[in-house]
Formats: sequence, structure tokens, C-alpha cells
Amino acid sequence: MRGICKRFPGVVALDRVTVEVGKGEVLALCGENGAGKSTLMKILGGVYQPDEGEVLVDGQPVKINNVNDAMKYGIAFIHQELNILDNLDVAANVFLGREPRGALGLIDRKKIHADTQPFLERLGLNISSRTRLDRLSIAQQQMVEIAKALSLRARIIIMDEPTSSLTLTETDRLLELVCELSEQGVSIIYISHRLGEVEHCSDRVAVLRDGKNAGQLSQDEISHDRIVSLMVGREIKNFYVEPKSGREQGYLKVRNACTGRYPNKRVSFDAGKGEILGFAGLVGAGRSELAKAIVGLDPRGEAELTLGAEKISIHSARDAINHGIYLVPEDRRAEGLITEMNVCQNITLPSLKEYTRFGLIQTGRERETAQAQVEALKIKTPNTDVLAMNLSGGNQQKIVLGKWLAMQPQVMILDEPTRGIDVGAKAEIYRLMRALADRGTVILMISSDMEEVLNVSDRIAVMHEGEITGMLERADCAEQNIMQLAVGRKINAAKPAFAE
Amino acid sequence: MKKELGLFTLLIVLCLTVCGVEIGRQLHAGVAVTLPRFLSAENLLNTANLVGMFGIFSIGTGMVIITGGIDLSVGSMCALAGVLLSITLKDWHWAWPVVAVFILLVPAVLGCAHGFLITRMRMQPFIVTLCGLLIYRGMARFIAGDSTKGFVGASGFDIFSFLASGRLFHMTRNEIVDGAVSKHVVFEGIPMPFVTLVVVAVIMWFVLHRSIYGRYLFAVGRNEEAARFSGINTKLVIGSSYMLAGFLTGTSAIMFAFYATSVSPSTHGTFYELYGIAAAVLGGCSLRGGEGSIVGIVIGTALLLILQNLVNLLGIDSSLNFAVMGAVVLVGVLADQMFRNRSKKKLRQAA
Repeated sequence: MRGICKRFPGVVALDRVTVEVGKGEVLALCGENGAGKSTLMKILGGVYQPDEGEVLVDGQPVKINNVNDAMKYGIAFIHQELNILDNLDVAANVFLGREPRGALGLIDRKKIHADTQPFLERLGLNISSRTRLDRLSIAQQQMVEIAKALSLRARIIIMDEPTSSLTLTETDRLLELVCELSEQGVSIIYISHRLGEVEHCSDRVAVLRDGKNAGQLSQDEISHDRIVSLMVGREIKNFYVEPKSGREQGYLKVRNACTGRYPNKRVSFDAGKGEILGFAGLVGAGRSELAKAIVGLDPRGEAELTLGAEKISIHSARDAINHGIYLVPEDRRAEGLITEMNVCQNITLPSLKEYTRFGLIQTGRERETAQAQVEALKIKTPNTDVLAMNLSGGNQQKIVLGKWLAMQPQVMILDEPTRGIDVGAKAEIYRLMRALADRGTVILMISSDMEEVLNVSDRIAVMHEGEITGMLERADCAEQNIMQLAVGRKINAAKPAFAE
Repeated sequence: MKKELGLFTLLIVLCLTVCGVEIGRQLHAGVAVTLPRFLSAENLLNTANLVGMFGIFSIGTGMVIITGGIDLSVGSMCALAGVLLSITLKDWHWAWPVVAVFILLVPAVLGCAHGFLITRMRMQPFIVTLCGLLIYRGMARFIAGDSTKGFVGASGFDIFSFLASGRLFHMTRNEIVDGAVSKHVVFEGIPMPFVTLVVVAVIMWFVLHRSIYGRYLFAVGRNEEAARFSGINTKLVIGSSYMLAGFLTGTSAIMFAFYATSVSPSTHGTFYELYGIAAAVLGGCSLRGGEGSIVGIVIGTALLLILQNLVNLLGIDSSLNFAVMGAVVLVGVLADQMFRNRSKKKLRQAA
């Protein structure tokens, strides 16, 4: 792709960007959110047309007007949100839209199953082509998409954040697969925020910043720090901020928490006042479920809580909220925000009672609170009447934070607080978390981002299959230790999660 | 507010068109131009009466639609309530206040049952209320022995008749013409159902647009999950909207029964649920939930009924009635959609 420009109304999304990928090469494309990675790839995938510049395949300029054109040139796009129909089986998904016709014009079912099987084998996927997709894990569903790409004889596969919802083992498997595919001569363009993966698997890194080429790194130059400095154009060292004061041990006590997902396991732990307690573990370790059980959102979950000297029983989300125990959920758009409501209405939603007189909402006071949060959190929005859906991910996350911060949190549980948020906004959210902790809030942070857990937490609880396998003091917080505990092994450094 | 203004303009344009066509016809026929029949006191009053009755339950339907649900049981509930009204008053001789409470309670309780099935048993609103539509119609016919029920021969409940077809501020003046005293009507008055609608609409406007409950209705309609995560008892909010719809249907049902003066259980109130849905949708409610306004719903109702009035007055074959209504709702929603897409594009260009 040479000299690509793309302008949207009001913004220049891409300004003379050039990238190339060789046959069998793995190119990692990095950049903050909004740097133009997705736009660039959508041009390659035929979703958008460039305003200037050209796309060359095998040295020949080509015009890619739509997705079908892209397929014709062997370009396949695996989106972050998978494009699968989970009510159909594997073969039907692989051949969707180009089903071979048999007798009477009906789908030749035998043929599609027979043709699908070799691709599944090539990917080392040990499932039948007759399995319905909703029976598969997300990782397996993703493999099915790759199988589809291969069946289309794709020579260039674009993967947009492919590991964002995979477990660590699944991620490893995917990275292996990326290497295998590149050995088979398939070119891969790999977009990821997880720089560890990028370091691990790519032959070359191209970095975009503000819609421009920010630089390239060849294989021997790739390092975490260099990628980050290219991405942000400045050095970012360590996110960890030392807590200002010592923490009050055992302020929050959680005993015998049980979740609908692991009904036979019991979890107990202590967290100090003013502490950021990280929760590490593999996806599926039951961390989000634990969080929901604590705030009363898991209908089959339960937990005994003690906050300071007060024993608390929680039967619904309202109970938790009344005690100042709040959850910033994992899925911002589905659980955290009502995206079609405006900033103000989102912020005041849980605390509406405070702004009423005679049962009627006083919009003026409501706005004041929202405006105060917008200023305190530096939410970038023209005013509080803007719909939440029109703001960027980082700003949306700040709205979710703001709605709880307006209510003096005692305990704040943050589930993947910076997922899909760019580096700059991340650092800001970490600062906010620390400031909140310094004011005496207990912060429980669930994160699957190893760097984040290591850099932000004062202590780390590691979970494995519904249980806490160990608690690590800051001095012992090493990636190796976390990984051991996350897969269920015992290590000496681990401390018990609570004191009787 | 823009949308409501647009709808209101449409309403006025519609009224002017009817008058224009009527005057045009008179001119064409060469007769003296008289006041268009549309503007005659009788016609206006009757239309306002109908708007009142339909508007009240349409507001209930609108509430349910705002939560992302739907209520198909309105018409059958009207029939059931009408039949019960006649039986309790005429056969059982209950006192009218008891009857009033009973008739408002029955649909509210049925609405509660809908809410329970939808929120606790996780059934789909369409199915629950569709079954309601069938069940209540059957019950109404069975209870009434499938015969028409009326109110003739009983007394002591003039208040209901007044509620259904009475006029507020009806003013007359005694005039002496040729030595005899005759009554001269100064002001026809405002139909009671319309007055009731205004009262209900004002109350519901505050409930929907200014109270916590109203905010929760919108929140639940747009994103039930996020609302639950914010500590809202979503089941209670959704369930209660069906109860509210039932209650408002009961209010309308009393008026319909006395307006018609008799209730034939197999046809009374048929298609009323569709009027409610059409009015709400025309008034800006989205069936996906989370959108709508009281003013919109009321104007939507008025539009539908004036449209029917127009079909009658202009001598269009009355069998085309529903076709005209359907076409207008279709065009209305389509225009709204196109308008919204355009303003979205403008917003994007401005950004």
C-alpha cells in the first residue's frame, strides 16, 4: 500500500501512509486507538476506498472496490468481533455465501463437509465440521474464521486484535499458528495492543501515529519500549505509582464467596483500605464472576462481606450500591453504559435519588454533578448532552468511572478497566485509580493484561478455576510467579489470601 | 421536541387539507360556501371524544414499548372489562365506586401477570400478550354468554356516562323568543374523555420525563443489562410498565363501554391494540425500546383518528379505512427514518 490517504468529514484518518508486507511475512501493525490502523486495513479489505494512493498486489496496482474484490486478490480480514453465525455448523460457516449447489439447486452438504475437514486439520483443530459454532470456544470460532480464509485461498490474512478474548494457552496456540501459516507462505498483518505478542511473533513492526507512518522496526530492533515510544512519540516508562500512605489491612473481608459458574468453590480474601489489589488469572478463572457475586449481580452467587467493622449482606445490586461497593464491568458497551443516553444521564443513573425533589428530577443539579465529573476526570466531550456512543473508548470508560465516583466509593471493583483503550488514556486511568486508593477506597482490579497487573497493583491475587491459588506481595509480583499460580501450581512466594 | 413539532405540523396540515377539499367541492358544485363539516361543532367534539379514549390506553402501550416490549392484549382487555362492567352494574347491582375500582383493578392485575411472565419466567412480551389477546377475548365472550351486554334499565351510575360522553363547561343561556323561554347553547363544552386524556397525559409526562421511574423506563429499554449493573431493579421497572398499561386500558375501557352504550363481546375493542401501537410508533416510539414521548403519543393518536374522520368526511370508501391508516404510519415512520439518517450525516460532517 503506497501513499494512502483517507479523509473523513472533519478528520484526516490517513495521511500518505505506506506499508508493505512480503510473502510469508508477519507484519505487526501498532498504534494507539485512532491512529488509523483499522481504517488502513479496511481499505485493504475493500470496506473503504482510499482518497489517494494505491494498493499493489504482486507489484500490480489493483483496485479493491468491495470485500469480494479483496477476496479475489486473496486478502482475508479476520475482525475483532467475529463474523460467524453461531447457529450454523462449522462447514456452513466456512462456505457461507458460496455454497456449492447439488441436485435440485440445494446445498451440496456432503461436499462442504468433505472440503472443510482438511482445513480444520491443517489448523490442528480437532473438531467435526458438523459442530454448531455456539458449542465452540471463542478461540475455536476464530480458527473457523481462519479456516474460512484459507478455504478462500487467502494469501494475505489481516487479524485485528485476534487475542483480545483468548486465554493465554489459546493465545500461544494462535501465535504458533501465525508462524506456521507464514512458513506456508501466507502473509499476515497482525494488529494488536499486546506488545508482548507483537515482540514474540512478528518479523517486522510498522507503527502508525495520528494517521501517519511513525516508523518501522525490523525483527532485531523490536522491543517493547521502542514500539511504545514510536506509538506515543514519547517515552513511557512505568505506570506504577507508589501509594502515598500505608494501607489499613483487612478493611474489606470477603468470605466464602461462591459463583454460579463454580458453585462448589469458595473464595475468601482480605483487601486493605487504600490498596489496589490486582486479580490475575487466565480467562475463565472466575474472576469476573467473583466480582459479580460480590456486588450482587450473580443470581446464583453469594458472599459474606465485612467492611471495616460492619457486616454486610448483599442480595441485589442495590444493596451493594447502598454500601458504596461498585463494579466497573468488563464490557463497557453492554454492561457499563447506556450508549444511547447522554453523558449526564449515564453519570447520574445510579444516584438519581439524590437529584430529586417531590419525586421529580431536578435537571440543573443533575447536570452540575455530571459537569463536575467531566471536569475532574477530564472527559473529552463538548458538553454533557452528548450521547455516550459518540465518545471514544477511553472517555466512555471515564463516564463509567464518573458515575461511581459521584457516589463516594468504599470499594471499587474494576474489571478489565483499560481494555481497548489507548496508551495515553490508560495512564490517566491508572492515575485516577491510585488517587482514589489514596483517598481510602479499596480497589479490586481484574486484568488479563500482564503488564497492567504487574505495574498497577500493590498486591496480586491469582485465581485458577474459581479459587484463589495465591496472593503475591509486590516484591514477589513477577510474571513467572503469576503464571505458575494461574495454571494452578503452588509456589513458596504465595501468601494466604486472608487472615482468620 | 423537534419531532413532536413536525408531527403537530403534519396534524395541522391534515386538518387544513380536509377543510380545503370540502370548500373546494362546494365551489366546484357552485353552491354557497359554508363552514366545512370538519369544523362543525359536532364533528370536532366527537373526534376529540375519540382521541381522548384512544389516547389514554395508547399512553400505556407507549410506556410498554419504551421498555422494549409490546402489549397486544388491549382490545380484548377492553371487551373483558366492558362485559364485567355491565354484569357488575346491571346484574349484581354493585355500587358505582366499587365497580370503578374493580374495573380498574382487573386489567391492572392482568397487566401484572403479563409483567410477571415476562420478567420472572422470561417469556417474550409478544407471546405473553398475544396469548392475553386470545384468552381475554374468549373469557369476555364466555362470561357474557356471547350476547351483547348493555346498561339499559339500570341506574345510579350516571357518572360513567358523563365520563364517556359528557361535556365539561357546557354552557347554555336562556333566551326568550316570542315569549317562550328556549335554551341557547353558548359553548358546547369539552368532551370528558379529552379532559381525562389531558389530565392523564400531564401526569404521565411528569412520570416519564421528570421522574426517576421514567428515566429508568428509558434506561431499561435501551440497555437492560447496563441498567441492572447500575443497581436498577429492571424486572420491577419492566413488570410495572405492563401494570400501568393495564390500568390505563381499564380507564379507557370504562369510557368505551359507555360511549358505545353496549358491549358485544366478540367485536368490542377489536384492533384497539394496533391503534395503540400505531399511535405510539407514529408518535416516535421505537419498537427497539428506549425512545418515545408523551406528547408524541398523544399527537400520534390524534393523527390516526383525524385520518379516520377524513376518510368519512371526504366520502372515501370506508373499507379503505385501515389501508389509509397503514399507509400513513408507514410513510410517517419512513420519513422519520430518512430525516434521522440525514441529521446523523450532518452531525458527522460537523464533527
